[in-house]
Amino acid sequence: MPVLCSGCKEKRAALKRPKTGHSLCKECFFWAFEEEVHRTIVAAKLFKPGETVGIAASGGKDSTVLAHVMKLLNERYSYGLELMLLSVDEGITGYRDDSLETVKRNQQQYELPLKIVSYEELYGWTMDAIVKQVGLKNNCTFCGVFRRQALDRGAIMLKVDKICTGHNADDVAETVLMNVLRGDIARLRRCTAISTVSEGEGVVPRCKPLKYAYEKEIVLYAYFKKLDYFSTECVYSPNAYRGHARTFLKDLESVRPSSIMDVIHSGENLSVRDGVKMPVQGTCNRCGYISSQALCKSCVLLEGLNRGLPKLGIGKHHRLHDKLLSQQPLTEREERKLKSVDF
Amino acid sequence: MCQVEEDYRDGLERVEVPSVSKKCVKCKEASAAVVIRAGDTYCRGCFKEYFIHKFRAMLGKNRIIFPGEKVLLAVSGGPSSCSMLSQVREGLSLNAHKKLRFSPGIIYIDEGGVVGQTVEERRRTVAELQAMFKATGFPFHTVALEQVMDLPSSVVAMAPSPSEQPASNYKEAVGHFLQSTSSSRSTPQDEEQTSLPEVPEAHTHFLQQLIGSAKTLTARQDLLNTLRQHLLVHTARTEGYGKVMLGDNCTRLAVKLLTSITLGRGAQLAQDTGFSDARYGDITLVRPMRDYSAKEIAYYNHMFSVASVFTPSLDTKTTDKASIQRLTESFVTKLQEDFPSTVSTIYRTSEKLQTTCRSSAKAEPSDKCLLCVCALDTAVENASAFQATLTSEQLSQTKYPGAAGTEIPRQNPESSAPSGQCCSSGGAEDCGRAERGGGGCCSSAKEPETTDLKSLLCYSCQLTLKDMSSVEHLPQYILSEAQRRQRRSQMREEISEFLLEDGEGGD
Repeated sequence: MPVLCSGCKEKRAALKRPKTGHSLCKECFFWAFEEEVHRTIVAAKLFKPGETVGIAASGGKDSTVLAHVMKLLNERYSYGLELMLLSVDEGITGYRDDSLETVKRNQQQYELPLKIVSYEELYGWTMDAIVKQVGLKNNCTFCGVFRRQALDRGAIMLKVDKICTGHNADDVAETVLMNVLRGDIARLRRCTAISTVSEGEGVVPRCKPLKYAYEKEIVLYAYFKKLDYFSTECVYSPNAYRGHARTFLKDLESVRPSSIMDVIHSGENLSVRDGVKMPVQGTCNRCGYISSQALCKSCVLLEGLNRGLPKLGIGKHHRLHDKLLSQQPLTEREERKLKSVDF
Repeated sequence: MCQVEEDYRDGLERVEVPSVSKKCVKCKEASAAVVIRAGDTYCRGCFKEYFIHKFRAMLGKNRIIFPGEKVLLAVSGGPSSCSMLSQVREGLSLNAHKKLRFSPGIIYIDEGGVVGQTVEERRRTVAELQAMFKATGFPFHTVALEQVMDLPSSVVAMAPSPSEQPASNYKEAVGHFLQSTSSSRSTPQDEEQTSLPEVPEAHTHFLQQLIGSAKTLTARQDLLNTLRQHLLVHTARTEGYGKVMLGDNCTRLAVKLLTSITLGRGAQLAQDTGFSDARYGDITLVRPMRDYSAKEIAYYNHMFSVASVFTPSLDTKTTDKASIQRLTESFVTKLQEDFPSTVSTIYRTSEKLQTTCRSSAKAEPSDKCLLCVCALDTAVENASAFQATLTSEQLSQTKYPGAAGTEIPRQNPESSAPSGQCCSSGGAEDCGRAERGGGGCCSSAKEPETTDLKSLLCYSCQLTLKDMSSVEHLPQYILSEAQRRQRRSQMREEISEFLLEDGEGGD
């Protein structure tokens, strides 16, 4: 017996929603999915009419669906937004070059302007070159830190008011779990926020319109909409520890599908006891970017690369910051410690 | 997804196999007997001293247990709570200045009825434990979980919170105590309560029905926890105890913290895992074992022959994925093997947390969850996971409007439920899943109960309720308190236009 769609109660259901367990037909699912994103945007007051919004596009499923839905909702509900695509080219052969091709196709399909900023032009290093120097351990640290700043720099070049990223509910829940496992109380508090407020010069506010969308539903949406996206893991192995959290979350979801939302709900309702020390936000003395230290992470990492001391930005070496700022050479002992790279 | 500064070098790195030095790190003389953490080797004597000191330090640091106070030790028979019992015994027998000064009693809750043990098996366990309790000389109470069916609704209705006893009063209280008790030592009078009070078979049956009405092991475990806690608190109240000591150790609490997060209990995290938990007002739950790892306790129990008794629980002999609680436990223990700082890192997080919904001890009774007695976390702003879930459920059952751009009314969690129709967004979930009972929950008699209970529960307890086929098996004390609260809120609604302030008048 065919299952009827629980929305329209007329058509045959084509899928079972991972989030609620309801059986829906294609049209009702599309509508529910889009409507949910719309309500999130409205409820969280993510955008104001007339704003220019940069969509962080990697070519992957999340950002492709984000671009598609943002364009659609902007027209359907007359948000009055000017949308643009913003991509970062990390310089990873066999991965990013391919996914950027997808972004370029998306640009034509959605008729949105596209800006690509590359690590090479911003930092003088591609990820390929970085991996050559630092090895396959901790390379994700470089990539993550650089990307955060690169997006901001790209956003400023494009003169956008806001950036929206494709982080989905699974990503947010996973980050909550990660921060608990690392005991990172400052991030634990921040990570469930749907948008960041403008933190200062050179930082563009960000938001996550897909924050409450299940990863599986994003894939379903892209599949049924036949969206063109790129799905390959990064060639430089993904982070092992995050992998544990990810597997755990998937297992949780299989035991109780609402788990993902439950974790987010937990994260949203946590708060930190008074008197717990929190990092204070300042600015980097070299580049002016936000930083809780004298030098921002990206400047330290870059310095490490340029000095041939890749471990400089890995772990905590705050006491060396003054030396770096005044361009002093490091002692031989310090150099030796930072040079060793274990594979 | 790679995040900014995603490096895990500090703490998360695998540590090398410790080079075991043969001498104790403390006295540097005796040869080592245990390795507690990597590199920390202790001899027998120093380990004992360290272990005992930790217990006293935990109580001394927190200054919550007042001298002379009656404290109920919740002993399940497991290694952790038995170790706690032995520490209290140890502490009471020490010489004057280090001595613990409260007067302990023991409670054992027999849950054999839930896990399907025979009467004979239950009797045997109880006899074994009672022999252990008798040896301590403390008064003890053996309570069958079945008794939860007969609790008065005062358990979940708030008892007035006692006059605040700030830490500054602690010194004074100690002084008083020393003066008053210098002459008369209060000796624990033997309350002869041997053997389990007879449990009528019908009660066991009711309890099993109740637990069975939860369709998932996750919900069953959650429900059992709630019932157990109610029974503990009730016994403490009727027997005149002000504090209840729980045997949760560091490992257990790390698992519990992560479990709480995965069950959507983020708002209640601080109470669920902190040293003291004042949600019940006049009775405070304390966790003095929270600094010990399970491993330390196992070593201590083994070396100093602290006996424990095995009692099966709901998740005994189940697979990893049997429930959220079970899954989290196996996740943490497995991760701990590879990354030895996992437990302590998670545990330390618990010390930095506080509930958003302010101190729940001060919240109005009607603002507290009917089951877990924590402040409700369901009245949240528009952009929240809770609201998003409600939206999803509602949208999945609404017809695609075809014409786009129409104004869709925003729905509130409160206003969507009592619309009269059976399968409103709130109750439909239950209808859909209760397949075995032939949609029993949709009959007009029970349906309002389900939806109404829901509004009295916190986010996480709502999830548990959702996993239950019906609420009719819940103990009477919960149901009648629910009805009382509903009547009260109806009354409030009727007179709302005449009320000047938002505060509840005389409850």
